[in-house]
Amino acid sequence: MDLWTDSILVFLALTSLLLLGSSRLFHCIRIVAFQGILLGLLTLVAHRGALSLRPLALATAIIGLKGVAFPWLLARVLRDAEVQREVEPLVSYTVSMLIGTLMLALSLWLSQRLPLPTTPIASLLVPVALFTILAGLFVIISRRKALNQVLGYLVLENGIYTFGVGLVQGTPMVVELGVLLDVFVAVFVMGIALFHINREFDHVDADRLVVLRDWTP
Amino acid sequence: MIAALLLLPVLAAVITFLLRPDAPRRVLLVATAFGHTAITAGTWVVQPASVLGGWLQLDGLGRLFLSITSALFLAAAVYSAGYLQRERRGAREDFEEGLLFANAPEPTFTSCLLLFLAAMTLVTVSHRFGLLWVAVEATTLASAPLIYFHRQHRSLEATWKYLMICSVGIALALLGNFFLAVAASDAGGAPVPLVLEQLINAAPHLHIAWLKAAFLLFLVGYGTKMGLAPLHTWLPDAHSEAPSVVSALLSGALLNCAFLGILRVQQVCVAAGEGPFGQELLVDFGLLSMALAAVFIVGQADYKRMLAYSSVEHMGILTLGVGIGGTATFGAMLHAVNHSLTKAMLFLVAGNILAVYQSKSTSEVRGVLRVLPVSGMLWVAGLFAITGSPPFAPFLSELTILKAALDQGRNLVAIAYLVFLALIFVGMMSIVLRMAQGVTERQPGTPEPALAIIPPAALGVLVLLLGLYIPAALQRVIEEAARALG
Repeated sequence: MDLWTDSILVFLALTSLLLLGSSRLFHCIRIVAFQGILLGLLTLVAHRGALSLRPLALATAIIGLKGVAFPWLLARVLRDAEVQREVEPLVSYTVSMLIGTLMLALSLWLSQRLPLPTTPIASLLVPVALFTILAGLFVIISRRKALNQVLGYLVLENGIYTFGVGLVQGTPMVVELGVLLDVFVAVFVMGIALFHINREFDHVDADRLVVLRDWTP
Repeated sequence: MIAALLLLPVLAAVITFLLRPDAPRRVLLVATAFGHTAITAGTWVVQPASVLGGWLQLDGLGRLFLSITSALFLAAAVYSAGYLQRERRGAREDFEEGLLFANAPEPTFTSCLLLFLAAMTLVTVSHRFGLLWVAVEATTLASAPLIYFHRQHRSLEATWKYLMICSVGIALALLGNFFLAVAASDAGGAPVPLVLEQLINAAPHLHIAWLKAAFLLFLVGYGTKMGLAPLHTWLPDAHSEAPSVVSALLSGALLNCAFLGILRVQQVCVAAGEGPFGQELLVDFGLLSMALAAVFIVGQADYKRMLAYSSVEHMGILTLGVGIGGTATFGAMLHAVNHSLTKAMLFLVAGNILAVYQSKSTSEVRGVLRVLPVSGMLWVAGLFAITGSPPFAPFLSELTILKAALDQGRNLVAIAYLVFLALIFVGMMSIVLRMAQGVTERQPGTPEPALAIIPPAALGVLVLLLGLYIPAALQRVIEEAARALG
């Protein structure tokens, strides 16, 4: 079991790192989809052994939403957009990867210093969760396409969920499903907004949404 | 009763979405608002039973914020019945850039409005932290389509910023939830469920470092939603681009709900003996928000943005009040009521001015008192109220906070507070008085529509009355709310 958990966590970290270095938007969507499936598997192994209905249902919901529904929705928006499908980062891919590696080191260092009252399911859990959170935040601020910001939000959410699933036991099903539902509606509403942005502006560049401000230079 | 409060707006939202004719849909909106307010008023007399094993219940804090939300929604619903009637159908010209745009379909708007009410109600009654998070995120999602009612690119930009910034902020609050769970995972041998009362009972056994970290994440996460500087960046855009009735709800009800999220975790901190840690942070954020608002209000060129920055200022005052503690907590709770009523009134009046002048620019609007006598009078009165002039209610609550700061010997805080209030007073007055007076070529037209006047006027009368006399029942509710924060 531990081998499974560890390899899933390593793959999680790798997908986040890969996302920082990918140039094609379709490719990015696929990476995030893969990460969603990993997250579903992590839910299964986190409930050590006891393969009851609850983790099974939750894992199915996660894989269904994060691995299938979101990527499908975002890929559709991208197809309709008919715009350039490059990521167009504000920070180059090489520098992004470099920063990613630094963030990974930072997460490892930080997790060494966190006094945990309970033992997590794997020693890699906290650093991987922290790294995924940081990577998500970095994608949100360093990428130009609005679609990429949605992907960044998803990765951030994945990181937070990783932290929760590995450390916190006994979250009621209603709350977990509620959180999942909220994320689903959030991505859905963002998808609709993306669709409108594309129709209104003929581009999906978030850094050109700059009309509203207090002082014009 | 709690179930009725939640189900009524949800049910009405479904019906309004399906209802094709306009008139019954607007009637249903107003009727639901009346029903919600009536049930809320009922909770003042009868303590409602808790639902879902204590997850949903109404305590002092919840009752105060629920009442504010419900009252504001009633005013907004009546106003929007008239507003939707006046909005023209089909494509029309945008007054700022001359581009063509249309409105979002009215059923969508109405049902989102009602879902927004349901989500805010859920925030006020949630005692389970996870559920509270779900509810706060739901308010963001229900209100995003409301901001994009006028389908043009500026409101779309505002909606996108609102969605992204608030979602990321609230995601951090979710991490705060998990941190709180870690803090409670080893309290006296067994993990404590994240229900407010049980956490407060187990507070001495919580892991302090994790609790502090959780508080920080909650403060940053819900603080983003509340519009605390420097996390307020979405707020002026969303408030200025949304229809005025939505701005009124965002400013008067939604920001308070986010504040409630912070207060809930502060309650746990107080019980764990870590109250001063949170309070120091709240004082800092409060003063920073007031300072930033002062900078942006002076010389502001857009009167709806001016009101938005004033909301940042007042959120600062609320956090400052809770941060100072003691009688200032009472002042802050009273101020939450006063600010909400006053700010909602001002946004509704701003909507009336915008409808006639077709401009949000402070330099293009002149002679409001002559062109729109009633709205003009409310505009000036509201501005005196929001800047804390007697005899209006915000004066009382701001004075209470100042007095508490001085009593505790925090003179520097008191001085900074006064300086910012004075700057904002001067900044807003110079803008508003020029708008109200001045020479314009416009002639007073037809009398102003009743539905556009009655809601802000009613709110204005309330603000004036509360300034003169606080009813015993309200006093009791506010004291109960303040007691919860120690």
